[in-house]
Amino acid sequence: MNTTEQHPADTPRPAPGGRPNTPAALDIRNLRMRLPHTARPVLDGVDLTVGAGETVALVGESGSGKTLTSRTVLRLLPAGTTTEGTVHVAGDDVLTMNARQLRHLRTRTAAMIFQDPRAAINPLRRIGDFLTESVRLNKIMTPAAAQARAGELLEAVGLTTEVPRRYPGQLSGGMLQRVMIAAALMGDPTLLLADEPTTALDVTTQAEVVALLGDLRARFGTGLLFVTHDLGLAAAISDRVYVMYAGRIAETGPAASVFARPRHPYTKALLDSTPGLDAPPGRLVAIDGQPPDLRREPTGCPFAPRCAHATELCTTETPRSMPARGEPAHTAACHHSDRLEGTPGDA
Amino acid sequence: MPEPLLEVRGLCRTFGDVRAVDDVTFTLPDGGSLGIVGESGSGKTTTARIVVGLDRADAGHVRVRGQDRTTQPRGRAERLARARQIQMVFQDPYLSLDPRTSVEAVLRETLELHRPGTDPAPRIRELLDQVGLGTRAADALPRELSGGQRQRVAIARALAVEPAVLVLDEAVAALDVSVQAQILNLLADIRDATGVGYLFITHDLGVVRCVTDDVIVMRRGRIVESGRTADVLALPNHAYTRLLMDSVPRPGWDPHAIGAARRALRNDDTPA
Amino acid sequence: MTMTLVRRPGLARLRATDRGPLYLASAGFVGLVVAVALLAPWIAPHDPNTVELGNALAAPSGDHLLGVDAAGRDTLSRLVVGARTSLLGPLGVVVFSTLAGGAVGVVAGWRGGWLDSLLSRTTELTLAFPGLLLAILFTSVYGEGLLAPVVALSIAYLPYVARLARSLVLAERERPYVAAYRVQGHSGTDVCLRHVVPNIAPVVLAQCTVNFGYALIDLAGLSFLGLGVPALTPDWGRMVFDGKSAIQSGYPLSAIVPCLVIILTVVAFNVVGEHWADKVAGRNR
Ligand SMILES: Nc1ncnc2c1ncn2[C@@H]1O[C@H](COP(=O)(O)OP(=O)(O)OP(=O)(O)O)[C@@H](O)[C@H]1O
Ligand SMILES: Nc1ncnc2c1ncn2[C@@H]1O[C@H](COP(=O)(O)OP(=O)(O)O)[C@@H](O)[C@H]1O
Ligand code: SF4
Ligand SMILES: [Mg+2]
Ligand SMILES: [Mg+2]
Repeated sequence: MNTTEQHPADTPRPAPGGRPNTPAALDIRNLRMRLPHTARPVLDGVDLTVGAGETVALVGESGSGKTLTSRTVLRLLPAGTTTEGTVHVAGDDVLTMNARQLRHLRTRTAAMIFQDPRAAINPLRRIGDFLTESVRLNKIMTPAAAQARAGELLEAVGLTTEVPRRYPGQLSGGMLQRVMIAAALMGDPTLLLADEPTTALDVTTQAEVVALLGDLRARFGTGLLFVTHDLGLAAAISDRVYVMYAGRIAETGPAASVFARPRHPYTKALLDSTPGLDAPPGRLVAIDGQPPDLRREPTGCPFAPRCAHATELCTTETPRSMPARGEPAHTAACHHSDRLEGTPGDA
Repeated sequence: MPEPLLEVRGLCRTFGDVRAVDDVTFTLPDGGSLGIVGESGSGKTTTARIVVGLDRADAGHVRVRGQDRTTQPRGRAERLARARQIQMVFQDPYLSLDPRTSVEAVLRETLELHRPGTDPAPRIRELLDQVGLGTRAADALPRELSGGQRQRVAIARALAVEPAVLVLDEAVAALDVSVQAQILNLLADIRDATGVGYLFITHDLGVVRCVTDDVIVMRRGRIVESGRTADVLALPNHAYTRLLMDSVPRPGWDPHAIGAARRALRNDDTPA
Repeated sequence: MTMTLVRRPGLARLRATDRGPLYLASAGFVGLVVAVALLAPWIAPHDPNTVELGNALAAPSGDHLLGVDAAGRDTLSRLVVGARTSLLGPLGVVVFSTLAGGAVGVVAGWRGGWLDSLLSRTTELTLAFPGLLLAILFTSVYGEGLLAPVVALSIAYLPYVARLARSLVLAERERPYVAAYRVQGHSGTDVCLRHVVPNIAPVVLAQCTVNFGYALIDLAGLSFLGLGVPALTPDWGRMVFDGKSAIQSGYPLSAIVPCLVIILTVVAFNVVGEHWADKVAGRNR
């Protein structure tokens, strides 16, 4: 709601963690999105940046708006949505692009990896065709160049040269997700959007895929927005995190600081409800209740009905994003962040 | 000595030349909770399917309180008796409910099958209450419910039969953390209240630590390690168990080392 | 779920998107044709078989809105009353082929094994035999009448429905909810009849609607060849056949109008069926 006032200028800013003098890979400002027949906006004043070559995690429970945020970046919006705010990818505003620019964005500048690789690939086409299809159709590369690039990328993701001749059904989930990553890198994007790319994989395969994403980021300088609901994973891989609740950014900051010293009760509650290997054994501290319904307009803090720290103020006034003392990059939208300070969260 | 609640001996199952389950043996005591962990393809689901009777074993047997259930059930009475021994909660709450059947109808069907002649309505209310769903959810179709709510319905459906053992195959994997915590707590409460035994299949060691007393670690169809959950996680003996533990993401985690360890472990195996 | 409706080449491209005007117009037309067939005796302006020889081949007029055919019968009345025969035949084909084919397909898909092989082989055998040829054979053996071609076409259509139902059941059987019911102690037959069949029914019904159009055109074709429907019965295909000579005399209306109605009805049924199929596919996605 009031978050724009926090930011000094309206020009694309370099992201906190990014390289200087290059536009941020992704810069979302005060994005508000409404779906038809809903009372409150699904996304409500989202501010999010991904610097060039930076890894940023977006966490939050199901339905909080993570997928919609990442899809907005490619302007893959459900029918009937209205948006306000700006979304810049490598300096260009996505929401005002024409069809040609949009095609360029989707094939070259930004790419997306989905949660379920099997659902995102045609089972009847060979892997090789799938990899080269987009660049061939959009005449970005000659078929020969496309094939060479596909071979190079498959090698980079640790797959052998016979994979292009195979069909999706002949590959395991982990191999297929590597293919998806290779496909996403075909156009040499500045920004990679990964929507829960490892949820369908088991832990050891997840580690390999994550290691791979890290290597590729270092090698190709791609900015990575990693959507997940696994806080441990977010803590392990990202430079910065955004915690989303009911379409708003509840808390953001450097990963280490957010997970060690959460300043929003929702972040704290999420950390407590994760059954980790180092967490205290026994009953988990679950967050009771459910996220707010899209059909009702909440007043005040959307987390208030489930929050242990809620006061009168919380139900009447919407909290603004405020930076932590001595740590301007770590902000939380909570009236009572100070009550959480000093309580170490265990990530 | 009394018979153990669930006893599995020498289970084997091959698909073509893949040994999906290879000499798997374990027991589950009354009211106990046993975890099965392992990576994808290690044979967890196949074991579970054999235990509940959805698949047959090539060798070995499954006994509940000493009664063998390896052969096909003969007749309706035996089928129902088997159902009351073991129930199952499936991984994907989006697919394990008939899209056309309302919550109330799902429970009614089961109750009418297992308790013919009694009015199911009070028991339906009780079950919905037990899994933390209000009676308001009773008329809902699965597509109107969230993933967590659907999984609660699936648990209520399994409990309606009053089984001695509940097999949960990755039952919380499709849920996000906050809902997962609610369901794990719910499962702990149900075990306290009813004394049902759990066979809990997962690849998440944090979850295993949270809900099981004992654990077996499976790899390529074989059990590579077993013991009390706390002991196994504190002092893993097998390199594979250590690999699984190291794979759990946490700050300072090094995914490269895991990939390397996984390859090293693979190379250690003598090619068959 | 895989959508595997059996389609004929030309019509397959005719698909309405969303609730577009094409779908609404088609649904409206289907409703109109059905209503006309039901109310035919009351709304037909003339007796369809009254011959006014003096009036033969008369052009449209206030009394005969669509003119009079070569035998001196009112074209509009024959069209209206003919809707009954023309729809009754396909209805019989669709009902019989769906019930029998659906049953065969469901049993084959659900039970699998030797039963499946046997049923699949038998249906394949029928599949290899052209439906129209079978119908011609039947009519030549049993003589005139609607029954013989309807039975023949039902047999010819049965394997298509059976194959569709079988593939749908095979996919549905693998869904975890089916395993869940088995674990609960429900018998296989119970699960199949109470859950699997209702879940595949919408797709089969969509195929039915498409088949209705195909059966209509097949039966009209037979009538046009002078087979099936007895000579004097008002029927669209028969009208085209009877109108042939009129075309040669330069009065094409009594042949063109029923021809047009046949085409429109077939297209309308096809659009409606495809639209339902798409809707089911969208819901299952
Ligand atoms: N119906 C089948 N036909 C052929 N092979 C099968 C079949 N079911 C399982 N397998 C094979 O058996 C092995 C064990 O499979 P299973 O499904 O039990 O693994 P899992 O541990 O449950 O894995 P996941 O975590 O992916 O569910 C795998 O190698 C799998 O490919
Ligand atoms: N196409 C759509 N039509 C209507 N509501 C939608 C649509 N897509 C998403 N939503 C709603 O928007 C909210 C955010 O969805 P999503 O971004 O998918 O969440 P997440 O990725 O965090 O699970 C949810 O309440 C969801 O129900
Ligand atoms: S503003 Fe109030 S209700 Fe919202 S998170 Fe902070 S303390 Fe809780
Ligand atoms: Mg999502
Ligand atoms: Mg499994």
